[in-house]
This record gives sequence, structure tokens and C-alpha cells, in this order.
Amino acid sequence: MAEGRLHLTVVTPTRTAVEAEVDEVTLPGVLGALGILPGHTPLLTQLRIGELSYRQGVREHYVAIQWGFAEVVGDRVTVLAEVAELPEEIDLEQAKSDKTAAEAAMRSASGAELDTQRARLEAAVTRITVAGRV
Amino acid sequence: MANTQALRRRIRSVRSTEQITKAMKMVAAARLRRAQTRILEARPYATNLEGVLRSLATRVGTHRHPLLEQREERRVTLVVITSDRGLCGSFNANVLREASKLLASHRWEQVDLVLVGRKGVDYFKHRGVAPLAAPPDLLSSTSPAPAFALASLLAKRFADRETDAIYLLSNRFRSIIQQAVVLSKLLPIPRESLEGGGALVGYLCEPAPAVLLDRLLPRYVEVEVLRALLSSVAAEHSARMTAMGAATKNAGEMIEKLTLTYNRVRQAAITKELIEIVSGAQALAEG
Repeated sequence: MAEGRLHLTVVTPTRTAVEAEVDEVTLPGVLGALGILPGHTPLLTQLRIGELSYRQGVREHYVAIQWGFAEVVGDRVTVLAEVAELPEEIDLEQAKSDKTAAEAAMRSASGAELDTQRARLEAAVTRITVAGRV
Repeated sequence: MANTQALRRRIRSVRSTEQITKAMKMVAAARLRRAQTRILEARPYATNLEGVLRSLATRVGTHRHPLLEQREERRVTLVVITSDRGLCGSFNANVLREASKLLASHRWEQVDLVLVGRKGVDYFKHRGVAPLAAPPDLLSSTSPAPAFALASLLAKRFADRETDAIYLLSNRFRSIIQQAVVLSKLLPIPRESLEGGGALVGYLCEPAPAVLLDRLLPRYVEVEVLRALLSSVAAEHSARMTAMGAATKNAGEMIEKLTLTYNRVRQAAITKELIEIVSGAQALAEG
């Protein structure tokens, strides 16, 4: 492993989405975005729906994450996400129609249903953003 | 004497059976490879999750979480995993025999069944036992979503105290030639699966460790259900592969035997005809 780099692993229940040596990781933490650089304090955090990004040299990479947890120990960053999608895997049309549908549903929803639809909307927006990064 | 036409027909029929079993064996082999890949792909998530859980549990201590609560086991829920399709040897029979034994054992006052796989549903329907639930399409789905939905249903049932423990009964994939029926406890989450982690000294936790643990435990239940399902699917395909391999071999032997009889019968008929012609000619010559 290269000196002063982070080893990032993003796993979901069905696969390993990312496995790479990186210089910097930005995580969508429940309490806001978290930037992780080599030498970070050990950390365990819950993640929300959002964009995870990591930098290799000057190149930035993006992954759409839906819920999960991240653990930082030493130079290892492990992300356990329920869903992780790379930009090229995202169906933009699907995401857009999902966004419209969620917005429509939110107007009439309330209580738990409202939360579900809000999450759906956030997921769709994140996917659209990430897909636009290619 | 057996007639040649019937024998020919029989050989043809066995041969087409052989072709079918051979094809099924190959399909099962391909599906098995896919199932094994899925098991491998699911492993990193499970391993990492377990690691984090152990560490958290060690730090937070014997945490009072609804999914960890040990109760006296009066009413239990038994999740029986079979297959949707047959022709896989004793795969389903093994699980169902074990399930019936558990039901007859009176180890518990009440056992509610959750049946995964059509074979199990049919078996219990035939015996007049109504399941609590029989979620369809769990085995054919390539996404883990239905397995997770079942897991949260079970977790809710346990947390609501509608049942005192939940067990999984299924075939586990050991190797291509070996499957084993295993009864494992899903809920309450066995303590030993949470022990032995590093204590996470000096960790920043967001939110607090106890809250994190609360949120991670349901994930663990999901992963366990998914793991049992994937393992059962792989075991099913390997059982089918073995069964169809044996069937193909038997069909081959049968064709060989039938062909031998067929040739013998055909020759006997020819010989008989020859004798008739020869003796006919002789009779004419003498007359």
C-alpha cells in the first residue's frame, strides 16, 4: 500500500462496489458531509442518502449511496451501504421519473409515507447528481 | 416374445429422457456457479458488518435491545426453506422430514411456520398445516430486497413479542457434493455472535455507540436471512446436479440393456424366419 493513502472499500449486501487506493474520501454522514484524509481518528458513523466521493490524485470519483455505515480505522475506510451505484450504472431516465413520482406522492402523503417518499426523492436527486458527474 | 417395435419405442423414450436429464444437469451446473458467485459477493458485507457489530457490542456492553432479549421459548416461529422446483434428489425431503420431526417433538407449545419455497408450501398444505406466511418469489429474485423484507417482518414479530424465538431450517451448501440440513437461531440474536470484538477505544461515533448498535442489529438479521437463502439456493442446484447426473447415468445403462435385448430379439426373429424358409424349401424339394 502506498504511503499516506487510504484504502477505500464500499460493499453492499450483494457486491463490492469500490475497492481502491485513494487520497481523500468524502462521506455523506448523518450529521453532514465528512472529509477523510490519511491519518484520521478512528471513526464509526451512520451514513444517509447522498453522494460519496473519493479522490485519486487529481481525479474525483463519485458513488451514489443509500443508507449505511462507514468505519475508519488506520488507513482503511470501509463503507457498508445498502445501495451503492457508480455513475455509469445509473439509469438517468429512471431516476428522473422516480423524482417526479416522489414529488407528486409527497403532496398528498403524510406521516411515515411522507418520510418514505422524501427518502425516495433524495435517492433520485442523488442519483441524478452522480450520473451528471461522468 | 417381446416385439421389436415396442422395444424400439421404449429405447427412443429413454433416450429422450436422458437428453432432458443431461440438459437439466448442465443448467443446474451453470446456476450453481452463479449461486456460488452470489454467496462470495455477499460475504464482504456480512464479514464487515459482523466485525463492526462485535466491536460495538463490546464497547456498549450487554445492551438491552429488543432483538437480543432472551425469553422462555413457548411460541416459536420456524422458517423452513425448500425449493420451488423438484427433481433435486432428497433436497426437499430432508428439510421437510426435519421440520415434521420438530413439529411433532413438542419442544415448544406453539410453532408457527413461515414457508419459503413452493415444495414446502405444497407439503404442508397436503397435511393440513396452515403456515403463518409463505412469501412467494423469494428464491427466484436476484435482488436481496424480498429477503430483507422477510427479515424485517420477522424482526418486527419478535420485537412485538408475538413469538419467543425464530429459527431457520434449511439446507446449507457445504460443497458441490454435500449439503446439510441446519437448524439455526435467527432471533434473539445469539450472544456469541456478538462477542469477542475489539472495544473500539478512542473511536469517534456518530451517533452514539448505543444508537449505532440499535440501527445495525436489524441489518444483521437481514444479512442472516439472505445468507441462509443464498446457501439454500446453491445447495438446491448442487443437489439437482447430482440427481440429474445419476439419472443420466441410469438412463444410459437402461438404453444399453434395452439395445442388447432388442438386438437379441431381432436376431432371434431373423433366425426363426430363416429356419422357416429353409424347412419350407426342404419340404418342397422332398415333395
